[in-house]
Amino acid sequence: MSASIVVELRGVKKIYHRDAIEVPVLDGIDLTVQEGEYFAMMGPSGSGKTTLLNLIGGIDTPTGGEVRVAGEEIGRLSEKQLAHWRSRHIGFIFQLYNLIPVLTAYQNVELPLYLTDLSKAERRDHTMAALEVVGLTSHNAHFPGELSGGQEQRVAIARAIVSDPTLLLADEPTGDLDAKSAGEILDLLDRLNHEFTKTIILVTHDRRAASRAHRMMRLDKGVLETADLAGAGG
Amino acid sequence: MKYFRLILINARRSRRRTILTILGVAVALFLFCTLRTVMTSFRTALDVTDETRLVVRNATSIIFPLPYAYKDKIATIPGVVDVTWGNWFGGIYIDERNFFAQFAVDADTYFRIYPEIILDSESLESFRKERNACVVGTGLVRRFGWKVGDRIALKGTIFPGQWEFVIRGIYDGRTPDIDKNTFFFHYDYLEENSWMEGSVGFYVVKVENHTLASPVISAIDSRFTNSMAETTTETEEAFQLGFIRMLGNIELMIDAIGGAVIFTILLVTMNTMMMAGRERIKEIAVMKTLGFTDGLVSALILGEAAIIALVGGIIGCGLARIIYDLSGITLGGFVPSFVVRGWTIAIGIGISLLLGVISGLVPAILARRLRITEALRYVG
Repeated sequence: MSASIVVELRGVKKIYHRDAIEVPVLDGIDLTVQEGEYFAMMGPSGSGKTTLLNLIGGIDTPTGGEVRVAGEEIGRLSEKQLAHWRSRHIGFIFQLYNLIPVLTAYQNVELPLYLTDLSKAERRDHTMAALEVVGLTSHNAHFPGELSGGQEQRVAIARAIVSDPTLLLADEPTGDLDAKSAGEILDLLDRLNHEFTKTIILVTHDRRAASRAHRMMRLDKGVLETADLAGAGG
Repeated sequence: MKYFRLILINARRSRRRTILTILGVAVALFLFCTLRTVMTSFRTALDVTDETRLVVRNATSIIFPLPYAYKDKIATIPGVVDVTWGNWFGGIYIDERNFFAQFAVDADTYFRIYPEIILDSESLESFRKERNACVVGTGLVRRFGWKVGDRIALKGTIFPGQWEFVIRGIYDGRTPDIDKNTFFFHYDYLEENSWMEGSVGFYVVKVENHTLASPVISAIDSRFTNSMAETTTETEEAFQLGFIRMLGNIELMIDAIGGAVIFTILLVTMNTMMMAGRERIKEIAVMKTLGFTDGLVSALILGEAAIIALVGGIIGCGLARIIYDLSGITLGGFVPSFVVRGWTIAIGIGISLLLGVISGLVPAILARRLRITEALRYVG
């Protein structure tokens, strides 16, 4: 069973320091996410959802506890090792897409592949395949400024999946979208989980979005609690 | 190189700013090459001097003449194999801006002592035969479009009046460093038509070998001690150096100007790169999130700065080479051979590369230190 565990957090704490004041954000979080699982995390603003996601994604370090992702105790990795590790195992999807404005959709999606040993032709194949998954092959030459919000987020998802990472981390991916576009993005995440068996951790305010997940937990005051999916469809 | 495309895309992000920075660097490097070439031209003038040639002038000042009678006395000094003489003319051709060196020389001996001046025997013979004949360098021919047979009029300054000449020969240099912008005419013509009768401006003495230079210098100057016109004899190199020193510490001045120009453009380029770095804080964070290492994002920024500066450097140095070499400019005849050397360009391009790296250093370090979580929250 342990082989199928992708994320394993044990007693994870995060304390921010603002001048001399300690601000505890996460207080001994324990969490396990299985391979192929679609896991949602809800909670009020400032509850530490993004912080927890950043810790899992290896872009922040915990004050205490252990973060094991894709079989690696990431707290032991150096900055350089962590960067390499992220490029292999993590695909980030941000609320505000965070595409590079001077790169076309194709170039944005291709970006993570620069860190691989793939040839230019292989990079092209992978990039076009990712764009095809999100349904934007015809927009590959468009710059982010020429795309709608929903399209931008789909390009961001293509960028997140292009290197076939172990884990997708989505931080409020529908938070900046209208209902129709949000629905399309959630459908796409469903498809990535069902069809491509991608492990997804979704952070959201939106109960309807969270209801798409297999399992949902609620983070409040630094503590993670099991939440009821039945009422999430709201 | 796959990252090169990324660097180019980023460099083109703000085209106007990039172009202006490139132009700034280009102008700075153009000036650098110009100033450096002034120095190298002076040095070249020293390099092409002959250790077996000595220049004898009036000890009081070069502007005072020496008696013509000294010629035979110098010739008898042991070690001396040949003697020639000449005088600076200082005439104006049409306009003062058309400055070039003019010397009245002895037609029979001068070109013998200066074998690096290549003049065919036929032209030399024609020159000898005609009293008001002159020989001009290929640089002057290119500059003024002259040809053999043309009549040239110079307005005398030291020697007043309108001086008429006819071109009977065009000389070239044995090497590219040889000055090709000088105008030679008969000493006799000057003597007959001015107050120079019985005197010369300077003597050039050829010694048997360079080891005899020092004893011959002593012998000549001793020979004329306590005479009406005492002499100062020095090697050709020392004589040329004396001319350059008359301009003051020109090397220090040129280095100071060049340094100031480069430093100013360094500040401009640094500012550009700092702005570029600030604009991309969030993007750098995203790239790090994707797995770009601290070192790689720094290298991309350094590469971008280096390429911008390098392009500017290549344009600036290249323009200097094209403009000065192809047009044959001689800074109004102030320097004899104004050629932008290969190593001046190499140093210029090296400086531009260094300029780029230094200007990219601060934003590269900041990008390296950038914390992803803080930068993702950055609202620029």
